[in-house]
Amino acid sequence: MDKLIFTVIAAVILLVIALLHVAYLTYAERKIIARMQQRLGPNRVGPRGLLQPIADMLKLLTKEDIVPYGVDKPIFYIAPLISLVCAGTGVALIPLWEKFVLSNINVGLLFILALSSLSAYGVILSGWASNSRYAFLGGLRASAQVISYEIAMSLALLSVVLMAGSLNLIDIVKAQISSPYKIYLIPQIIAFFVFIISAIAECNRVPFDLPEAETELVAGYFVEYSAMRFSIFYLAEYFGMVVMSALAVTCFLGGWVGPFEVPYIPFFWFLIKLYFILFVYIWVRATLPRYRYDQLMGLGWKVLIPIGIVNLFLTAFLKLIV
Amino acid sequence: MATYLEINKKQVNGEKWEEPFYLNMGPQHPSTHGVLRLFLELEGETIVNCTPIIGYLHRGVEKLGENLNYNQAIVLSDRLDYIASAANNTAFALAFEKLMNLEVPRRAKLLRTIACEMARICNHLLWLATHALDIGAMTVFLYCFRDREWLLNIYEKICGARLTHTYVRVGGVRQDFTQEIIDDLYKFTEEFPSRIYDYETLIDVNRIWLKRTKGIAVVPPEDAINLGLTGPCLRGSGVYYDVRKFRPYDAYGEVNFVVPTGKNGDTYDRYRVRMEELRQSNFIIRQCLDKLPETEGEPVLAENAPDLLMPEKIKKPEPKPVPKKGVIFRGADVPVVPPGEAFAAIESPKGELSVYVVSDGSNKPWRLRVRTPSFVHISAIPYMAKNHMIADLVAIIGTLDIVLGDSDR
Repeated sequence: MDKLIFTVIAAVILLVIALLHVAYLTYAERKIIARMQQRLGPNRVGPRGLLQPIADMLKLLTKEDIVPYGVDKPIFYIAPLISLVCAGTGVALIPLWEKFVLSNINVGLLFILALSSLSAYGVILSGWASNSRYAFLGGLRASAQVISYEIAMSLALLSVVLMAGSLNLIDIVKAQISSPYKIYLIPQIIAFFVFIISAIAECNRVPFDLPEAETELVAGYFVEYSAMRFSIFYLAEYFGMVVMSALAVTCFLGGWVGPFEVPYIPFFWFLIKLYFILFVYIWVRATLPRYRYDQLMGLGWKVLIPIGIVNLFLTAFLKLIV
Repeated sequence: MATYLEINKKQVNGEKWEEPFYLNMGPQHPSTHGVLRLFLELEGETIVNCTPIIGYLHRGVEKLGENLNYNQAIVLSDRLDYIASAANNTAFALAFEKLMNLEVPRRAKLLRTIACEMARICNHLLWLATHALDIGAMTVFLYCFRDREWLLNIYEKICGARLTHTYVRVGGVRQDFTQEIIDDLYKFTEEFPSRIYDYETLIDVNRIWLKRTKGIAVVPPEDAINLGLTGPCLRGSGVYYDVRKFRPYDAYGEVNFVVPTGKNGDTYDRYRVRMEELRQSNFIIRQCLDKLPETEGEPVLAENAPDLLMPEKIKKPEPKPVPKKGVIFRGADVPVVPPGEAFAAIESPKGELSVYVVSDGSNKPWRLRVRTPSFVHISAIPYMAKNHMIADLVAIIGTLDIVLGDSDR
């Protein structure tokens, strides 16, 4: 019983921290991109605009929730929740520290992959249920994109699994520490890049933000959503970013381990690495134009997947020899 | 595109028939540059058919112009292509001056040329900004707007307005440049080439940008001529044609510049042509500025330029009655503007802009006709968009550089 209560409290704390991260990720994104584009960014609400995410949340909560005529109501209601739940659950599996992980299951990596595939259903269903042609096209694009990039991502992670010999995320980090390289970034640099590119595509971020391509499909799959349902999609997107970055930190950058111990803050190195990868996400958004649909598919199937397969075989071969 | 009747007939006859996927893009759409509406017939994401529907911004500029006097009609021209209003002003003014046989002072010509080239830079910057934004590069958008702001501030110093400034008048320009403006322009022309280089480093070496623009919407030179494309769109296809070179107006005869042309006629070439034009415009402004001291002190408005409020009639002084068998000779009105017609064409930033005006002797144009590049360019969209994807359509609208105020008039 004690253990259950402890888990519930830990889960609530983790959720709050994750939500804060997501909220201030939007703020950070706006500020960083503003800096890169010679603008000011939010600076009205609170000191340096620090309360902007809270103001945004309040605004979105109090807006009218419009359900257009002709939508498939149950699916329309449930689609954003599918996205959010699937993206958010991943947080529970990430080991923030050796002794702090909410649910330490043996197939953690597989579970996260499964969740990220499932979150595509939110996008597809919302596109289908919206009764709008733009949303429909966005949903179609999303399904194709998620399927093709899922494979590349799994291939990249499989090489890590081969090296670590485990699907448990804590074991993967421990294997990294005990390996001669300390982090898997060095032997698995190819897999790392394949993973980062597919993770950006998986989260529908620029330059792969085709499902919501603003200048083509207006807003893509969530064009008919408003108020909180709309922001739930945004939450899901940012949750997805956080989970994917955390996964990259865990699998390639050595998790909570750093060059030296920081006293009292066991999560220090984990968070630093996490923020760095999130910064890369934002940086890419400020720099690159958007791919076209067929070019995106070409990149996935003709470049990333072959590279992933070759890398996987190389890893397996080296593991046999060494 | 299958009409409703055809579809109905097929259904009645029980033919196997699949309804194509129709998509109505616009008139409210983030990237149709205003209120352009495109009716698309899609196959997956590929465009089978595309029908542009225009007229959502029709204000009747031509008809309005026929109810205003010549000086007032120039104000309307600002509202055609509101991004480069100095060029439109010049086209109207040139036509009216031909009609009235006005000789524009040299200083006014130089000032007009500067204003026109500033408009070209403004237009191309805005084009680059929106084109890049359409393709997804958001940063270029804001960089371009930053530099456009610089020019708009100079415009504000010149005549008080930023966009619709009506700086060019029939017979000259509104007022002379002050020394401050000339200094500002010198500073701008010195710094601007490095800014162009900045944009190019942002997108020219970007593989995604190249993939999105190379080989998209290829227009061979013959087709470009047949479609009526003008301006950078025509030159991008490799046709050497520029009104500024072929029929020089204002001070273009006395400045040096190169007319850049493309090779393949794709979106990338049109982009390159416009980037090169930015440099050339900068060069032209510089040359005109250098020539300004030669004309120091000259008037900027022709002596016989019409008053701002043109009189409706000029009464001929009544001749002394000739006592001749009871015939009373009445003085007829002298025409304010000589009756006749005039045509003027200029190289506006978007293409060839021409004005045709017919006068019946009164102070208002009897007929005013404007040929705007955007209108013609929109008609080329179906040709260019065929068998491309939706994402390319956005690039095509961008590369044609259309403004709906210009097209709908």
